[in-house]
Amino acid sequence: MAGTGAPLLRLAGVRKEFPGVLAVREAALDVRAGEVHALVGENGAGKSTLIRIVTGAHEADGGTVELDGAPVRWSSPLAAAHAGIAAIYQELDLIPALSVRANLFLAREQARLGFIAAAEERRRAREALSRLGVDLDPGVRVGTLEVAQQQLVAIARALMEHPRLLVMDEPTAALASGEVERLFRVIRELRGQGIGVLLVSHRLDEVMAIADRVTVMRDGATLGTWPARDLTRERLVELMVGRPLDQEFPKVRATSGPEVLSVCNLSGGRVSDVSFSVRAGEVLGIAGLVGAGRTDLARLIFGADPPQRGQILLDGRPVVIRTPRDAIRHGICLLTEDRKAEGLVLGLSARDNFALPNLDRWSPWGWIRRRKELSAFERFVASLRIRLAGPGQPARDLSGGNQQKLLLARWLERDSRVLIFDEPTRGIDVGAKHEIYLLINELTARGKAVVMISSELPEVLGMSDRILVMHRGRVAGEIQEAAAATQEQVLEMAVG
Amino acid sequence: MADATDRGPSLLSRLLSGYGMLGVLVLLAAFFSVATIQEQQPAGEAAARSLARQLEGTQLEGTTVIIIGRGGEEDARFADTLARRVRERTGKAPVVVTGEPAEARAVLARAAEQGVTRCVVATTQASAPVVRSILESLPQLAGAQVLTPASYRWPTFLLPENLRNVANQIAVIAILAVGMTMVIVTGGIDLSVGSLIALAAVVTASLIGRMGGEGAGAGAMVLGGAATLALCGGIGAFSGLMITRFKIPPFIATLAVMQVASGLAYIISEGRPVYKLPQSFVLLGRGADPVLGIPWAVLLMGVLYAAAHVLMSRTTLGRYIYAVGGNAEAARLAGVRVAAVLLFVYTASGALAGLGGVVMASQLRSGAPTYGLMYELYVIAAVVVGGTSLAGGEGTIPGTLVGAFIIAVIQNGMNLTHVESYSQKVILGLVILGAVLLDRLKQRGVRRRG
Repeated sequence: MAGTGAPLLRLAGVRKEFPGVLAVREAALDVRAGEVHALVGENGAGKSTLIRIVTGAHEADGGTVELDGAPVRWSSPLAAAHAGIAAIYQELDLIPALSVRANLFLAREQARLGFIAAAEERRRAREALSRLGVDLDPGVRVGTLEVAQQQLVAIARALMEHPRLLVMDEPTAALASGEVERLFRVIRELRGQGIGVLLVSHRLDEVMAIADRVTVMRDGATLGTWPARDLTRERLVELMVGRPLDQEFPKVRATSGPEVLSVCNLSGGRVSDVSFSVRAGEVLGIAGLVGAGRTDLARLIFGADPPQRGQILLDGRPVVIRTPRDAIRHGICLLTEDRKAEGLVLGLSARDNFALPNLDRWSPWGWIRRRKELSAFERFVASLRIRLAGPGQPARDLSGGNQQKLLLARWLERDSRVLIFDEPTRGIDVGAKHEIYLLINELTARGKAVVMISSELPEVLGMSDRILVMHRGRVAGEIQEAAAATQEQVLEMAVG
Repeated sequence: MADATDRGPSLLSRLLSGYGMLGVLVLLAAFFSVATIQEQQPAGEAAARSLARQLEGTQLEGTTVIIIGRGGEEDARFADTLARRVRERTGKAPVVVTGEPAEARAVLARAAEQGVTRCVVATTQASAPVVRSILESLPQLAGAQVLTPASYRWPTFLLPENLRNVANQIAVIAILAVGMTMVIVTGGIDLSVGSLIALAAVVTASLIGRMGGEGAGAGAMVLGGAATLALCGGIGAFSGLMITRFKIPPFIATLAVMQVASGLAYIISEGRPVYKLPQSFVLLGRGADPVLGIPWAVLLMGVLYAAAHVLMSRTTLGRYIYAVGGNAEAARLAGVRVAAVLLFVYTASGALAGLGGVVMASQLRSGAPTYGLMYELYVIAAVVVGGTSLAGGEGTIPGTLVGAFIIAVIQNGMNLTHVESYSQKVILGLVILGAVLLDRLKQRGVRRRG
């Protein structure tokens, strides 16, 4: 096994407290040079806080952080970067308006007398990108790239510094499987060069595939570190949730009713000529590669983007949907792919976010009946087990899983008939995933129609009744019996 | 948003974080109070009360009481009040003179001729020297006793009339700041409000001029004011339309409207102030309610702040304003009519600027295209000092009121301490910077702990 000898990074007894929350109770782990070390745990277990301590974004309240055996205490990410620690966070910290090259060289421009040596930068940018196997013009603006490509640019940027320790928080969350493989090749190569990699991921298959050792966190404390080859996926899940998990995809088939939503020859944006329908009590999975137009399709139906052609029918009757407001009033809701940019108003409280599309339900003449609002909110906090300090807590401060539950609660309160979920479990831990699957079951049992877009093939196969596969904006195929299908079948259709 | 139903931090800490600027305001007021402590000469009723107290210790049997004051409303109140108090005590009306020194001399001379010996002359501090010099020329009255109100030490800043003055002077800026707060919470900006003041003042003055000028009735004034408000609201709506329909950045759209409105004000007034306004028109700007003596403009301001606070914290529209400023796309995807919300805030800002213009025309009893110059910057400063983030999504109406008063208190305090006007600008600028800096530092402290 790669990576033996003295640890590069060692944490012992690390503690971090925020007002009202003990985020990290006691954490210990060590990362050796030339190993891939995975940190796993449920949402809210304290993983993000812990790696932010490693990268200098937070300061620990107690315990020691050692680099090469010497205790360190850095007060800023910059100080950590100088010590050879590079970080890639879940949130992409790229500047969309600047080019790929400008982003790669941000704050370390290749300049002579203040003039940027563009040719030199371009050459090195191409080099850095091709090392990741990305064929990308460095002159393209980052904002025009897809999320997966942006992720690769972020990784390329982190590698520009030639770090000794690379910290990655959910680097594959936005990547399709082909791109994941490419990223893993890069990670293995880095490991070969003696770089330590600390990886946080919810995708346990990937953890098992790439990690040398795994540290499990639960409730703010590390449980221990195990060599990956001594662990099974099931054992890992058990460690994370603290109890055996019966079944990863607890799919229950509901009796399907009449067609609720039908889409005829819908075109617009990347989508061209798509037709399909969903029945009451049915889950229609939509699979496809990143960029196949799945999100665009969801946005067209929801009225978020203007459709060019086509028709949407509800209960067999054509409806006109020009804005999200129209869609919501017709009982269609959309759980967006990007929680932070398109779902939540991060600065507003959890309760206000929950209430945003539902205010009309308890606000006669525009006057908010706050007691009614609060009781509606607390009903969902309890039933979805949303963990928060209080209804006034800003949505920004919630963990990813709780943010997603908050957005779900918003649409459940609405009692929508058609629920479109775009990547409902992205960046969410196993426990919360399971809860969302159970919720989908409950919805179909109540006769709701669910459209589920997902990049995780096991999820699409495990939770759908029927699967629609998209390729380049068109329907490439349909699988009537999701339970009997295989990943290969879906992939074959997805690549066209 | 502060909220009674929220749990978590204590009420006190929420007040401190939400309205930390209130502390700054209190400190400023305390500073200027100490800096302006002076001998105060009572006037009017207060002077009469002081003298009545002094007369209580004097034997008034067989004594002639003469009350002397100058002309003017305040001295008339002084003389009336004191005369009543003396009559209540002695059952005999005192001799009262208010007017020119010559009249006082005539009355005193007559008293001397009548052989009055025991005599008390009650007068104000201001009139005392004149009275004394008259008495020196009348040897018959050498035994006359001259009483003046006792002076006392008290901060000029804290005199009721000064406080009223502070409130009245900031009323226009504060009224505009209500609309500006809403605009800035949505993440926008409205640069046109200063010019709208000028336009509103000119239009309202011209309209009332057309409807009777100095002889215009109450109906004409209300109609003129309402039409002006509608016009300015319409101009605000036009800015809003440019911003929502054609996606012009608020800074640019309102910058353009600022130029247009200012130009229109000059065209309508032909570059000259419009004066023909009835005396009763100044009631709004200079009058005060008869019970507590609070200026009408200040009461209007208070009502607007209360209404806006309720709107922002208790209604769906208010919630949408915060949501649009926090994340417009997320709000749209939650079914919020973002364009309608933006249209509302710019219309409200325009209409409130119109109202500010009408109040200013009333204060100055004229309308001129030079009014409101640079006011947009004072208004923005009040909003920002009040804790509203220019990035949008956060800020409160009460915070803005505090911000407006911070600016008003600084200006008033510097006038009272005789800081000359060029230095005033420098100091005001630095204080605005300091106030916001303080807030940022405090927030950073909270974040670090949180």
